[in-house]
Amino acid sequence: MTRPNEDEYARQEAEIDELYREVILDHYRHPRNRASIESPTVSRQGYNPLCGDEIVVDLLVNGGVVEDVAVRGGGCSISQSSASMMSEAIVGRTVDEVESLFGGFTAMMRGSDDVDLDLLGDLEALMGVRKFPVRVKCATLAWHTLREALQELTGGKA
Amino acid sequence: MCGSRDLGRAPENSGRSRIVTATKPMSSQNVSEKPTGPLDVGRIREDFPILGRRVYGKPLVYLDNAATSQKPRQVIEALVRYYEQHNANIHRAIHCLGEEATAAYEEARAKVARFINAPSPECIVFTRNTTEAINLVAHTWGRANVGPQADILLTQMEHHSNLIPWQRLAAEKGASLRYIGLTNEQTLELDGLDELMHDRTRILAVTHASNAVGTINPIGRLVKEAHRNGTTVLVDGAQSAPHMPVDVQAMDCDFFAFSAHKMLGPTGVGVLYARRELLDEMEPFLAGGEMIKRVTLEGATWNDVPWKFEAGTPNIADVIAFGVAIDYLTGLGMENVRAHEMEITDYAMRRLRQMEEVFIYGPPDVADRGGVVSFNYPDLHPHDIGTILDREGVAIRAGHHCTQPLMRILGVSGTARASFYVYNTLEEVDVLVEALGKARAFFSNDTP
Repeated sequence: MTRPNEDEYARQEAEIDELYREVILDHYRHPRNRASIESPTVSRQGYNPLCGDEIVVDLLVNGGVVEDVAVRGGGCSISQSSASMMSEAIVGRTVDEVESLFGGFTAMMRGSDDVDLDLLGDLEALMGVRKFPVRVKCATLAWHTLREALQELTGGKA
Repeated sequence: MCGSRDLGRAPENSGRSRIVTATKPMSSQNVSEKPTGPLDVGRIREDFPILGRRVYGKPLVYLDNAATSQKPRQVIEALVRYYEQHNANIHRAIHCLGEEATAAYEEARAKVARFINAPSPECIVFTRNTTEAINLVAHTWGRANVGPQADILLTQMEHHSNLIPWQRLAAEKGASLRYIGLTNEQTLELDGLDELMHDRTRILAVTHASNAVGTINPIGRLVKEAHRNGTTVLVDGAQSAPHMPVDVQAMDCDFFAFSAHKMLGPTGVGVLYARRELLDEMEPFLAGGEMIKRVTLEGATWNDVPWKFEAGTPNIADVIAFGVAIDYLTGLGMENVRAHEMEITDYAMRRLRQMEEVFIYGPPDVADRGGVVSFNYPDLHPHDIGTILDREGVAIRAGHHCTQPLMRILGVSGTARASFYVYNTLEEVDVLVEALGKARAFFSNDTP
């Protein structure tokens, strides 16, 4: 049996703090764009069979630009805060820009080193999730739901 | 006569003989003047190597036993002993090893039969797990006995493994699915049972004990009412066989399914008990070697029961080691196992009730529940609880527990679940409660 190791404990604490960074907890406690859009251009439901989390993403897209977004559903702090942060990140962006954000975010979650952190902005806060492999799907649920919505919109070409 | 015939038995001076079932003070270090329990947990823990390890620097507190149990050294050693000394294919070998392996495999079948008081070993079919056992019944008995006008009666608390096979059968046959509902305490609502069960109800498939909320169902009464109605009964015993005495003859059920890995045995072994006459009339499930008697290019005749249902080389090593797990549990005494779990569950529920916001699912009286405590905080997701607890060394289950319809009825996406077994202690419940306090504090609005 290994002896308790103070450094190890500190590392664990640091990983937990990294997973649940203040910006994440803030989005969890005060989710942004948590509503529904009356007549969305497209609406898509996502589901994580692992934990039963559900999410709905409504998009209002005009001239290739995401003018409004609403997310709702139930889930853990990671899935809910990730959805909230995503909603802030994509409003006002073109569909192409959203697509690059999706690529960058999912690459970060896969553990890729080749990620443009400037592009991701605040989303980088979720990087700590990588240390918790079972939680990665929580963080990416909203993004995959968003992408399916965009694919529906563009007939699979997004 | 060839060598050792006891490869399925734990060696002398280990396991069984060292387990003291009499009431005596627990020898765990932290326990000084604790009340005595039905099991000598301190000594039991010494048999489980994994309980000595640390997780993230903390002692492992394993409370996910409803998912799978840990394995005692005796079971692990039986696997090694089999592969090092006796490995051979069974039933046809004309050599010493084959004879030994066959004898040990069939001895394990006899042990299983005795463990659940089946009338004979021929009533025991080995499968991969409970899920496969239930699928076997749905595919063979079900296809032959459930027609377009038939009803299949289930309950709203079934594990997906006792739900999806019946949904598929109903879809294939055009049969109807009916469900026994639940009370507010997640016990079965039996008031309207008469209306649910009628002359077209071909089978009642019901869990003995809920994996998700812990409820123990009144199987005796259900079987009696079903049989009076001419309805066949399958009992999902995955959460009962490991935790309490089971007597399939007293229960009078027609089918009873359970898994080795939840009761100290290896993964990859399940059991289907069925009444002999049912097995005789059922068609085989999988086809191939072992399940046949005589084969020509035109066709084949089936082997005798139960081998008719065990096509191909079975999981010999794990079945034999499962026999050793059963020896271990028999040595403890299933009455004692049940008493121990009731004591821990009672303590856990009392401690959790003291935490203001915690909501516990299932019946309040431990006599009506197995060693499963499922709970939620109003605003804390079970996965977040699970992650914080994990870093404290505490392994619980968080999620829907493969009971999504039940979760929908409860109005949640999942619950946090602690589930206990023979090696768990009251002190581990204290560690759980303390870790829950940390999780609560971590996510509360006042902390930075």
